[in-house]
Amino acid sequence: MPVMLSFSRGVLKCCNGISKFTSRLEPCVTKLGMMGLTSPHRHYVTSLNPSHGLTEEQVAIYQLATDFAVKEMLPNMAIWDEKELFPVDTMRAAAALGFGAIYASEEYGGTGLSRLDASIIFEALSKGCTSTTAYISIHNMCAWMIDHFGNSSQKEQWIPQLAAMEKFASYCLTEPGSGSDAASLSTTAKRDGSDLILNGSKAFISGGGDTDVYLVMCRTGGQGPKGISCVLVEKGTPGLSFGKKEKKVGWNSQPTRMVIFEDCRVPASNIIGSEGQGFNIAMKGLNGGRINIASCSLGAAQASIEAAVDYVKVRKQFSKPLSSFQNTQFRLAEMGTEVVASRLLVRNAAQALQDDHPDTVALCSMAKYFVTERCFQVINEALQLHGGYGYLKDYPVQQYLRDSRVHMILEGTNEVMRLLIARHILSEWK
Amino acid sequence: MKLKPEVRQDRPSTRRVQGIRGRVQLFSIKSSPFTITMSLRVLVGVKRVIDYAVKIRVRPDKLGVVTDGVKHSMNPFDEIAIEEAVRLKEKKIAKEVVAISCGPTQAQETIRTALAMGADRGIHVEIPAKEVEKLEPLHVAKIMAKLVEQEKADLVVLGKQAIDDDSNATAQMTAALLDWPQATFASKIEKTDGELQVTREVDGGLEIIKVKLPAVVSADLRLNEPRYATLPNIMKAKKKKIAKMKAADLGVDTSPHFEVLDVADPPVREAGIKVEDVDTLVTKLKDAGRI
Repeated sequence: MPVMLSFSRGVLKCCNGISKFTSRLEPCVTKLGMMGLTSPHRHYVTSLNPSHGLTEEQVAIYQLATDFAVKEMLPNMAIWDEKELFPVDTMRAAAALGFGAIYASEEYGGTGLSRLDASIIFEALSKGCTSTTAYISIHNMCAWMIDHFGNSSQKEQWIPQLAAMEKFASYCLTEPGSGSDAASLSTTAKRDGSDLILNGSKAFISGGGDTDVYLVMCRTGGQGPKGISCVLVEKGTPGLSFGKKEKKVGWNSQPTRMVIFEDCRVPASNIIGSEGQGFNIAMKGLNGGRINIASCSLGAAQASIEAAVDYVKVRKQFSKPLSSFQNTQFRLAEMGTEVVASRLLVRNAAQALQDDHPDTVALCSMAKYFVTERCFQVINEALQLHGGYGYLKDYPVQQYLRDSRVHMILEGTNEVMRLLIARHILSEWK
Repeated sequence: MKLKPEVRQDRPSTRRVQGIRGRVQLFSIKSSPFTITMSLRVLVGVKRVIDYAVKIRVRPDKLGVVTDGVKHSMNPFDEIAIEEAVRLKEKKIAKEVVAISCGPTQAQETIRTALAMGADRGIHVEIPAKEVEKLEPLHVAKIMAKLVEQEKADLVVLGKQAIDDDSNATAQMTAALLDWPQATFASKIEKTDGELQVTREVDGGLEIIKVKLPAVVSADLRLNEPRYATLPNIMKAKKKKIAKMKAADLGVDTSPHFEVLDVADPPVREAGIKVEDVDTLVTKLKDAGRI
């Protein structure tokens, strides 16, 4: 009781219009409710241990994902990176546990968990392989888009296959000529009877060429975002072809290719949602995708800081372990603080998205840019603490670094994130 | 069922002994070619122990190891035991799997893991945190025996040993208290005609024995590969029941029978020496009393 009173006393100071402090809990709860603070999540503590601040069920989920990551992914992450293998079997094994469509509803075969559950799953899996986890999160995003916006026959057809990862999905928005300026995309989809004819090309498509289902944002109407629709295209459709597999700095366990449409005929019933809704669908999908990518960066940073701590306790120079030098200690302190701050931002954004909070877009953007940037720095520092060994491919830190670098660029560059946050602050915030 | 404290001699059972060099078939065993549906109630013991990957540190008072804030998980052999029980249920040999844990409040997490793997319900015998360290295999065996009586169980599956104390005693003691046959270090369990045919891993090789039900089995490493709990099963596990009770409710006295005097790290490995030739090697080995 005393804990609750001091908490509510602090809160009451911030509440306007309260003149008298009362020891009864009820009015405090009402005021807390007005401020949107009665969510039980407020009373949990987040710390360096990712399992803290979670419900018992979430702890079990985190444990499952960590076990899977450590046993099935971690031993292979270097090989997948070096040989550029798309680990289909491992991902299907993950899907068998329910990781294929985590936040799609149970109605058609999704797992029906929350955004926060998905965030902790991706955070845990990233330790095993950040690149593969990032692809799994993209696949989840596509499954959710169909689940949320598709009609029942589309959901019936696709959700079970996507949830089990029998079929893999790709998200196609970016083009050679339109990245940040996504609304200016120029892939067209012209009506021809009951079909659409697609022409154009998409760039940097994760999974492109190896995946089976493509969610393509294309222009069915006029200029600008309102003329864009989301169309599902299956691999093997005549007129659908792929560019060469790109050679990348990281994310090597997932192929990246251009996706090319040349008079590609698709039934109009493959439009997800309604015509002209495509841009909206794409952006709504990306809100969650941004939390997922941030969670991947967070997981990689957590793995890196743990590796760095183990290393500096063992490595000795000048007859002392590195962990006894104040510089090392200060660096680890800063890294730890950044990781906890990142974790708070990501989980907060996940909860905001789950609750459909009015500030969702801004909070997801804040989480994305802050976490991807800070966690990249943490991984970079962790590599530095490893000294020369950090630069060798024998140690995983360099792979976490290379894999997490692109998180600052895709799913909306961090610059676009700043645009979105500024727009929110300058307009609706107060 | 009356509990007998004294240990009885092993019951005679049909044996086929497989040594390292080959198989000697002493008796022929008839087994039914058809799968028989049985409805066994299986009790499985799961213990919450320090996670196998954690670096163990001796406590400053040198009477134990540091457990505060240290990651704990289910004893790996108990995971194998649960997996085997769940497989028996999937083969329709067992009808219900009950996961039992004797431990502090956090033991409920361990039971939840068992429920997420497929156990139907759990029983948590609450042991106050301070007494957990002093809980002995004999106490657990008495608790298990009492629960077997209460639950009218047909089969008890335990991990062969816990990775914190390595006692390797609970299964054997439970069998003795119940006057049930025991099949320890099981690496394979098959059902034949109302009995179990168990392959045991022993120092000399593999021993295949037949035990009449009800029986106690202890799981060894190669019995199976435990499954991951799936997300839907974790969500379902939340709804499964865990009954709570104390050792005293079962009439079991948990006062310790022995006292730990000292806990120390194993001695640091010393550097070896290189010798020039085989003769010197032989001399050194003889000096050290090794040959």
